Amino acid sequence: MAAEREKLVLIGNGMAGVGTIEQILKLGGAYDITVFGSEPHPNYNRIMLSYVLEGSKTIEDIILNDLGWYEDNHITLHTGTTVTRIDEQNKLILTDNGLAVPYDKAIIATGSNSFILPVPGSTKDGVVGFRDIADCDAMLEAAKQYRTAAVIGGGLLGLEAAKGLVNLGMDVTVVHLLEDLMERQLDRTASSMLQAELTRQGVKFAMGKQTVELTGEERVTGLRFSDGSELPAEFVVMAVGIKPNVQLAKDSGITVNRGIVVDDYMQTSMSDVYSVGECTEHRGTCYGLVAPLFEQGMVLAKHLSGVQTPGYEGSVVATKLKISGVDVFSAGEFTETPEHTVISAKDEWKRTYKKILLKDNVIVGAVLFGDVTESANLQKLVKNSTEMTNEIYDEVMGTSCCGGGGAKKGMSVEAMADEEIVCGCNGVTKKAIVDAVTENGFTTVDEIKACTGATRSCGGCKPVVEQILQFVLGDSFQQGAKQGICSCTSLGRDEIVAEITAKGLRTTKEVMNVLDWKQAEGCSKCRPAVNYYLGMIYPDTHEDEKESRFVNERMSANIQKDGTYTVIPRMYGGVTTPEDLKRIADVSLKYDVKVVKVTGGQRLDLIGVKKEDVPKVWEELDMPSGYGYAKSLRTVKTCVGSQFCRFGTQDSMGMGAMLERKYERLDMPAKFKMAVNGCPRNCAESCTKDIGIVGNDGGWEVFIGGNGGIKPRIADAFCKVKTDEELVEVCSAVIQYYRETGNYLERTSEWVERMGLEHIQTVVMGNDDNRKELAARIDFALAQVSDPWKKMLDDKNTRTALFEETQV
Amino acid sequence: MERSNRECTIGTVEDFMLQIGRVVHAGEVELAIFRTSDGAVYAVRNHSPHPKGGPLAEGIVSGYYLYDPLHDWKIDLRTGEVQAPDRGQAEVYPVTVEGGVVKVTLPAAVTTLN
Repeated sequence: MAAEREKLVLIGNGMAGVGTIEQILKLGGAYDITVFGSEPHPNYNRIMLSYVLEGSKTIEDIILNDLGWYEDNHITLHTGTTVTRIDEQNKLILTDNGLAVPYDKAIIATGSNSFILPVPGSTKDGVVGFRDIADCDAMLEAAKQYRTAAVIGGGLLGLEAAKGLVNLGMDVTVVHLLEDLMERQLDRTASSMLQAELTRQGVKFAMGKQTVELTGEERVTGLRFSDGSELPAEFVVMAVGIKPNVQLAKDSGITVNRGIVVDDYMQTSMSDVYSVGECTEHRGTCYGLVAPLFEQGMVLAKHLSGVQTPGYEGSVVATKLKISGVDVFSAGEFTETPEHTVISAKDEWKRTYKKILLKDNVIVGAVLFGDVTESANLQKLVKNSTEMTNEIYDEVMGTSCCGGGGAKKGMSVEAMADEEIVCGCNGVTKKAIVDAVTENGFTTVDEIKACTGATRSCGGCKPVVEQILQFVLGDSFQQGAKQGICSCTSLGRDEIVAEITAKGLRTTKEVMNVLDWKQAEGCSKCRPAVNYYLGMIYPDTHEDEKESRFVNERMSANIQKDGTYTVIPRMYGGVTTPEDLKRIADVSLKYDVKVVKVTGGQRLDLIGVKKEDVPKVWEELDMPSGYGYAKSLRTVKTCVGSQFCRFGTQDSMGMGAMLERKYERLDMPAKFKMAVNGCPRNCAESCTKDIGIVGNDGGWEVFIGGNGGIKPRIADAFCKVKTDEELVEVCSAVIQYYRETGNYLERTSEWVERMGLEHIQTVVMGNDDNRKELAARIDFALAQVSDPWKKMLDDKNTRTALFEETQV
Repeated sequence: MERSNRECTIGTVEDFMLQIGRVVHAGEVELAIFRTSDGAVYAVRNHSPHPKGGPLAEGIVSGYYLYDPLHDWKIDLRTGEVQAPDRGQAEVYPVTVEGGVVKVTLPAAVTTLN
C-alpha cells in the first residue's frame, strides 16, 4: 500500500516561508503542503516595497508567487487567515476562522511587525509603520492629502520611507535618536556623507532627538521631543525597528526569547515544528534582512527533504540602501577598534568612500559609499573570512593595472559554496546558476534571468552572475557572453550600424535576414532600434516602418493604461496664445477629455482621448504634434528672458521657440529635452536637460548630458559661445553626433558618460570642419521630416487601419 | 438553450494591415485582429493576460508572436500562450479566410465573458 504523503503546514505566506517551500519543491520533498497567510495578498517581495513607494514598481511587479504558482504545485493556500495556536498533542493547526488542519511537520514563518514606540499618542490617526502593503498604501494616500511628514528612525527602512515620501512631494524630516544615520551599519564618515547626500535630495533631519509624545487630537499634528522642542507633522512613519512576531509561538507554548528560539536546523522547542525568518532567534540573533532568511530556509528545506546538510551557523549581514542615486553598502564589522587594520580611501570630490577592516589580516568588514561596484565581491570576502593578499587589495581598491583584474575575478566565485545565495531578491543559489549554464547551455545573463529569475528584481547581483558565467564557461565566455542589442542577435549596436552601411541594407527585414537574426522578424527591442538606425543612416530614403514602432510613436499619441490616449499639441518654447488656448478648451470639451494637465515641459496634456477620436482631435486642434511620445525633441523649456524679465540678458523665449522649431520631429536615440535661460538664475532648469543653455551678458553657455529622470544627473559645462549662430551650430553638432553614436534608448546622460565629455568636446569644438559637417548632416536630415498628423489625416487607409474600430 | 458556436464575418483581408493590429467589436467581445507577415490572420481577445490588463491590438508583431504594448509580454498568437519567463494565456479564437473574407468563430459562452 502506498504511504500517504506527509502533511506540511507553513504558517506565514512571506518570503522566508515560501522561499523554504520553493526549495523543498526543488529538492523533491514529498509533502502535501498547506500555507496560511494573514494578509489578503499572494506572496510578495517585501524588500521591494521601497520601490513601490518610490513609484518605480507596482504591487503586481513585486509579487513573487501568484495564485497560479500555488495551484501548479498543488499547494492549498488560505489567505486572510490567522493561525491562533498549534495543538501539539493532537497535531493540529487551529485558526481564527475555526479551521483545524492536521500536520506532520509545521513551519512558523510569521515574520515581524513594525516596532511602534510606546509613547503617548502613538495610536493616533496618521501614524503608521513601514512593513507591508497596507503601510505602503497609507503612505501613498497620505502624500495626496498632507504636506508635512516625520519619519522616526534613521535606519535603513526609515531612510527609504523618507526618500519615498519626498518623491511623493511631501516635506519630510527624519528624526533620529543618535547623531549618526544607519549607525548599526555605517561608520561616522559614511554616515555623514549619507546625510549630506540625502539633504541634497531634499530630506530634512532632526538628529539626536528623542520623541516623547505625538501631539494632536484624533489625528497626529506633531512630535514633542525630550528637550521640549516640537516638530509639526501631519503624518508620522515609525521605522525604529522590527519586533519578531512570536505571539502564535508563545500561545502554543514554544520557547521564545526575543524571537522564536531555534537550533542549527531551525527546530523549535516543540517537536516537528520549525521556524525561519525574522520571527526566529538563532544563537541569540534575530535577523531583519533578506539573505539570512534564504540561508535559513535552505538548511530547513534540505533537512525536511531528507538531504544531508551542515547546520545553519548564522549569517554575515550585508546592507545596501535601496534609494536611487544613493549607493551605500556595508558588510560585517564596520567600527574600527585598536585590533583592526584599516584600509580606507575617501574622495571628497567624487563623494566616494571605501573602508575595509582587517583583523589579523583577515577581511572582517567593509563600508562603501558612492561607488558600490565592489560590494558583491567584498560581501563574499567577508563572508568567507578571506585573508588579504596583494591581488585582492589591487582588485578591491581599484589599484590594479587594466586587464589584470578580469581574470582574477573568476577566482573568487570558484571558492563560493554551491548553496550560497547569489540573488537575494529571488533566492537563487550559485548552484542553480551553474546548473542553468551546464544543463541548458545558457551563456548570457538574460538567459539565466529567464530561467532562474536571478537579476530579475533589483539587479544588484548582476556582476556576480556574470562572474559565475565567466567561471563556468572559461575560454568560451568571451564568445558566448558577447552581448547583442537583444536576444535576437549577438551583434552590438556599432556592428549593426557598420554592417548596414557596408552592405547597404535598407529594411529591418533585410538587416535581420542578412545578419542572421535568431528570431527572423526580431522583437520589441530590436525592431524599433534597427528602424531608428536605418532612418539615421538614410534620412532621405528610409521608409519609416510603422509596424516596427512602439505603440505611442505609431499612433503619435501616448497610450494610457486603460487604452485611451493623451494628445499634446506643440507650444514652441512653452508659449501659446489665447486663440490656441480657446481651441484647446473647445476640443477638450467636445471630445470629453478627462484631464487637462500642464506637463513638466510647459505644455498641455489632453488626457483620456478615445482611440477612435484621436484623429478628429488632431484635425480640429489643427496644431503640430508636440511629440510627447517620441524618441526625439520633446520640449525646449524657457524662462521669460529679456523680453519681460528685469534680470534677463538674452531673449530666451525667442531662442527656445526657434530651437524647438528647428529640431522638432527628428528621430533621436531617446527622448531629448532642452532648456534656454535668459540669465544665470536658471529659472528654466537647464542643469537637468540634454542640452541646457544659459544666457549671460556676452553670449551663451551650453551644458549637456543633464537628466532629471530615473537617474538624475547634473549637466556638464560644454562650451561658451558669443553669437546665436554659433549656439545653433554647436547644438546641431552635438545632437547629430548623439544621433550617430548613441545606442537606441540611450539618454545623453548615459551617452556623455560612455563617450566621455572631453571626447565630445574634441569632436564638436576641436575642429571647425567637423562641427560644420555634423551641422550640415543634421540639416539634411531635418529637411526630410514632416508633421505626422498632417500625413496621417491625408492618408485615409493608414488612418482607418490604425484608429478605427470595426463593429460586427 | 442554444450553445452552438457563432461564426462572425469581420471584414476582408485587405482591411488588416500586415503586422499592425486592429480592434473589432464582435457582439460583446472586443477582438484584436493581427495579420502576420505570411498573410495569416489571428484573433485574440483584446485584453492582456497580464494582471494589469490593457489592450493588445497595438503590440509589435514578430512572426507568430505578439509583444504586449503595455507590459512587453511575449504572446503566441496561435495558442495565446504567454512565453517564459512570464506566465499566462490570452484568449484566442479560430479564424478562417475564404475568398478574401475573414471569419472568426466565437463560442456561444463568450458573450458573457465581458
